[in-house]
Amino acid sequence: MPYVLMIISAVLVNNIVLTQFLGICPFLGVSKRFSTALGMGGGVIFVMTLSTIITYLIQTYLLVPFKIEFMQTIIYILVIAALVQMVEIMLKKVSPALYQALGVYLPLITTNCTILGVAILVIRKEFNLMESTVFAISNSIGFTFALIIFSGIRERLELLEIPEAMKGIPLALVLAGLLSLAFMGFSGIVH
Amino acid sequence: MNQWQNLIKGLIKENPVFVLILGTCPTLAVTTSVANALGMGLSTTFVLVTSNLAISALKDFIPDKVRIPCFIVVIASFVTIVDLVMAGYCQVIHAQLGIFIPLIVVNCIVLGRAEAFAAKNGLWSSTVDGLGMGLGFTFALLVLSAIREALGSGSFLGHKFIHSDGILFFILAPGAFIVFGYVIAIINRMNRGTK
Repeated sequence: MPYVLMIISAVLVNNIVLTQFLGICPFLGVSKRFSTALGMGGGVIFVMTLSTIITYLIQTYLLVPFKIEFMQTIIYILVIAALVQMVEIMLKKVSPALYQALGVYLPLITTNCTILGVAILVIRKEFNLMESTVFAISNSIGFTFALIIFSGIRERLELLEIPEAMKGIPLALVLAGLLSLAFMGFSGIVH
Repeated sequence: MNQWQNLIKGLIKENPVFVLILGTCPTLAVTTSVANALGMGLSTTFVLVTSNLAISALKDFIPDKVRIPCFIVVIASFVTIVDLVMAGYCQVIHAQLGIFIPLIVVNCIVLGRAEAFAAKNGLWSSTVDGLGMGLGFTFALLVLSAIREALGSGSFLGHKFIHSDGILFFILAPGAFIVFGYVIAIINRMNRGTK
């Protein structure tokens, strides 16, 4: 698949949050403000790209040669948890400014299912290293894109008068549904 | 608190999906049909019970500082067991659930119970807590999937009760969000009434 098509498909058509239901927890949790959404999105782009490349290399050079593919889930989650911790420590030393911006969101990323999800998906789809990297980047951009749009809408809804029972999560979910409906309009672009 | 209360608190009062809003990803993704929801619910229940049991048994040996990675390894081992057993014995459901089986590892309910309950309580009450939470999760999935399957394809567990196609919207992604949102709103409304 050409890379441009892959990017469009992952960002707009098969958006990882709105059509594949991965990463709903951070999508609902950190979308109350635009600035936090931006921070979380940046963190996810960074960690997802790195973790997908590393887990891909582990899969090809460690798990497959030793025929221990069944250890995939355990190894991947450990790698991701360790990686997030490492990124946090390194970022603190190397770029305090970036750490200030992303620091709070990094620990949350370990349990973000988009990270583990994409790492497993690239193996199931049998991508090569380049395709996996592009897939990870475009999916994390798709996540950030959806998160930013969603937080923009939620900020505006804050002062709205709505029934007590709909406040908070229910309204956010209905809103996500409408956003997902809007994204379905893109499905004609890529077959 | 006796064991009976411990068991049923997960079903309604502290329902992980409807009240605590945990584990939303699998909830939205697998509720397209009742059969899928049942498969997901029961496999998560198994992981919850076994991981709670194991973590409760190991809690005195796990150093406090590295407890989260240890919990994740324990959970991931049980998820791998479920994954392999399902791949061997119920391939249809396994194929339908796809990537969401390995993703039970990052289901916040499992890690949440390990951290909040199993790491502090005894073997027996941790097991009961895991079972209660798992059944609560299964119950929530069944409610959502029953609504979505009935409206979306006019059937229950694959048995059709109307002679035409359902409203496709409810099977697709937007339907999942909207049904879930309204069900939580109804539960909020009911809870407010009882207070």
